[in-house]
Amino acid sequence: MSIRSVLIYTIFERFWHWAQVTLILTMLISGFAIHGINQWMSFDEAVTLHTLAALALLTLWVLATFWLFTTGNWKHYLPTAAGLGQVVRFYSYGIFKGERHPYRKAYWRKHNPLQAIAYLLLKSILFPLIWVSGIVYLFYFAWGDTPGAAVWLGRVALIHTATAYAILAFVIVHVYMLTIGHSFVEHVTPMLTGFDEVELNAEEEAYLIKDEPNHIR
Amino acid sequence: MHTLSGIRVILTLMLLTALPAQARSNWPTPPIEGDAAAQVSGPLTGGSADHSKFEALKGPFADGPEVTKACLSCHTESGKHFLKNIHWTWEYTSPETGQKLGKKHLINNFCTNARGNEGMCAQCHAGYGWKDETFDFTNQDNIDCLVCHDHTGTYYKTPNSKGNKACTVMFEGLPAMDLAKIAQSVQLPERANCGACHFNGGGGDNVKHGDLSSALKHPPRDLDVHMSPNGQNFACTACHVTRHHIWAGSRYDVIAKDTAGAGRPGQRRDVATCESCHTDAPHQSGSVEHRKLNHHVASVACQTCHIPRFARGGVATIMDWDWRTAGKTKNGEGYHEHGYTQGNGEERYTYKSIKGTFTYDENVIPTYGWFNGQMRYTTVDTHFDVKDEPIPINAYLGSRADGRSRIWPFKRMHTWQPFDMGNGTLVYTHLWGEDTDAFWGNYDMGKAVARGMKEFNLPYSGEFGYLQTVSYWPITHMVAPKEDALGCRECHATEGRLSSVSGVYLPGRDRNRWVDLAGMILIFGTLGGSLSHAAMRGVSRFKNRRQANQDHTGDN
Repeated sequence: MSIRSVLIYTIFERFWHWAQVTLILTMLISGFAIHGINQWMSFDEAVTLHTLAALALLTLWVLATFWLFTTGNWKHYLPTAAGLGQVVRFYSYGIFKGERHPYRKAYWRKHNPLQAIAYLLLKSILFPLIWVSGIVYLFYFAWGDTPGAAVWLGRVALIHTATAYAILAFVIVHVYMLTIGHSFVEHVTPMLTGFDEVELNAEEEAYLIKDEPNHIR
Repeated sequence: MHTLSGIRVILTLMLLTALPAQARSNWPTPPIEGDAAAQVSGPLTGGSADHSKFEALKGPFADGPEVTKACLSCHTESGKHFLKNIHWTWEYTSPETGQKLGKKHLINNFCTNARGNEGMCAQCHAGYGWKDETFDFTNQDNIDCLVCHDHTGTYYKTPNSKGNKACTVMFEGLPAMDLAKIAQSVQLPERANCGACHFNGGGGDNVKHGDLSSALKHPPRDLDVHMSPNGQNFACTACHVTRHHIWAGSRYDVIAKDTAGAGRPGQRRDVATCESCHTDAPHQSGSVEHRKLNHHVASVACQTCHIPRFARGGVATIMDWDWRTAGKTKNGEGYHEHGYTQGNGEERYTYKSIKGTFTYDENVIPTYGWFNGQMRYTTVDTHFDVKDEPIPINAYLGSRADGRSRIWPFKRMHTWQPFDMGNGTLVYTHLWGEDTDAFWGNYDMGKAVARGMKEFNLPYSGEFGYLQTVSYWPITHMVAPKEDALGCRECHATEGRLSSVSGVYLPGRDRNRWVDLAGMILIFGTLGGSLSHAAMRGVSRFKNRRQANQDHTGDN
C-alpha cells in the first residue's frame, strides 16, 4: 500500500463540477431574486438568467448522467454502511479530539460513506424535485388553461422554493466541509488539477504506471 | 374674435355660467392644424369624391335636416344603416341578461341620467331635436351627419330644448354657421369630431373615462403612440373600424380576450382589440423575456402594462363626485368655485351649485381586476340593500377560471348620489327642463327626483337620500410607447399593482410564509451550525495543543 498522487477527476468531471457550481449559484441568486428575497437584479433579468441557466444545467445533467452510466462512475455513489458510523463519529466527536479522518480515498471509491449518501440524496431527491418542478413551471403556458391550473402552479412553486432552500443548505455544508482536515486550498486543488492523494494497492499502482502513466505522478 | 370675447364676458358675469362654459368647450371641433398627413381611418381612405362639386350640396340650407336630406340623396342606404347604430339608438339590449342598457336607460354616477334630460344631454345624440319621448327614431332626416363629418371646425350644436331661464347663455352670441360650406367640407371623421362628445363624457373634458381627453386631439407620442401625429396619427376609426355605420368596439360587450388575433386582408373587421393588429404573440424578438411576455397575453390585457397611468397629457379626470353639496346658493343664485389647476395649466371647477363637489386626479394608477368583457349593471329598477354600499353601478365580471377573462385596468369612479331611500333603488333626476321641478334652476333635489321618477311611471317612495356608488371604466386609450410600459416588479412584488388580484400565482408577490420561514431557519441553522462546529474545532485544537505541550513538558 502506498499513497500516490493519482488523476481521479477527469477533465469532464472537473468541467461538470465547475459548470455546475456556476449554474447552481446563478440559479440560486436569480431564483431568490424572482422570489423577492434579494433585489440584486431586475425581475426580467432574473427570469432570463434563471431560464437560460436552467436550460444549460439540464443539458449538463443529461451529459453527466450519460457519462456516469457509460463510464461506470455511477458506482461511486452507491450507498454503503461500512465505515459510515466512523465518519459520523469523526465529524461529531473525533475532530474535536484532534483525531485523523478515518476515511482513505481509494482509487475505486473517491467519496467517503457520508459523502456518498449526501450526494446520492442530492442527486436522487433534491435535483429531480427542483428540475421536475422547474420544468413544469416553465411550461405553465402549455397547461395554464386546465382547470385549477393557478392553484397547481402555486403548489409547484412551493415545492420548487422549498427544494431551493434545501439545495442552498447543501451548498453551505459542502463549502464548509472543505475547511475540515486539510486546508481549504488543498481540498479545492484536486478539483482543479484532477490529481489527489489516494491509497493504492500494489496492483493498482502497477496498472497505473504501466497502462495510464499520465494518470499517476 | 368679437363674438368670442363677448361670450367670455357673459360667461364671467353670469353666475350660472359653470354649466354652459364646460358644455360648450367641446364645440366647435377644429381640425388638426399644420397636420400635413391626414389621420389614418382604417381601411377607408376617402378622397374619391370632392363634396364641394356636388350640386346637391350647393345650398343654401335652412337647418341640419335639410343637409341630411341632401346627403341621403346620394348616400341612399346610409340612413337605413345609421338608424341601427348606438350613436342613434342610445340603446343596447344585453344578450346575456336581457337588461336594457345604453344612455337611453342607464344611470351613471356623473350627471346620473340622460333619461328625462335629453333636452340637454342629447346634444351628443347624433341627431336633431331629441328633447323628450316624442322624438321620431325612424325619421332619417333627423340624423346629424355633420357633427361627425364636418371638417371646417365651425360646426357646433346647442341643447335641444331651452332649459331653465338661467341657461339661456348657452344659446347667446354663437357665430352663425354656413351649413353649405360645412356640408361641402365633409370627410372621414377625425379625432376632434369623435372627441367633441367622447372627450367630454360626464359633462367636461376627460370627466368620465379618464383615458379620453382633449389632449388626444394633438397627442405627443408619449401620450398615445397610435394617435400621435408623431406616431401613427390614427383617427378613432383606425381601430374602431366601421362598416355600414356600425363601429367595432362595444362598451357593452367588450372582447376582453381576443384569441383570433390579426385578420388577413378581407377577414374580420368587427373588432377593435389590440390583438386584431398585434396578434396574440406581440413581443417578437424571441428572447426569453419576450416569450415570457407573450405567455402573459393569455391572462393580462395589453392595456394593463402598456397604459401605465391614465389621465395623462395634462387633462385631469374626476375621481370622486359628491352630489350632497349640490344646490348651495349665494344670494339665491348658483355659483361655482375653482380649486384645481391641471397639468396643462387650465383651472377646473371643484364645486358647482348645479352638480356638487368634484375631486380631480391626473396620472392615475388604475385599479385592476379579472374582466370577461361583461358588466352587471344597477339600473333604475334594480333593488339593492343600502348596507351593501358602495353600490356598483356597473360591476365588472370575470375570473381566472372562466377562460374568457384577463386582468384589465379600470378607472374607479366614486360618487355620492341621490337614491330612493324607501325602495332601495337608484333614481332618475330631473335636472334639465323649462319647468319649476328641474334641479338646474330650482336647486331642489326632492322635487327633481320626484319628477324624474314620475315622468317614467317609476315607483318612488317619496323619500330620497344620498348613497355611495362606484363605477368602473375599462382603460384602453392613451397607449404609451413600449419604452414606457410597466416594469415587471410593478406587479411582481409584495406591494405591487396587482396585490389584490386573486386567482393567480404571481412570483415575487405570492409565497408560502411557512416554507419561507422553514427555509430561512434551515439556511441560518446550517450557517450557524457550521460556524459553531468551526468554533468548537478551534477551541479543541487549542486545548489539544496545550495538552500536547504539557505532555511534552512532562516528558522532560
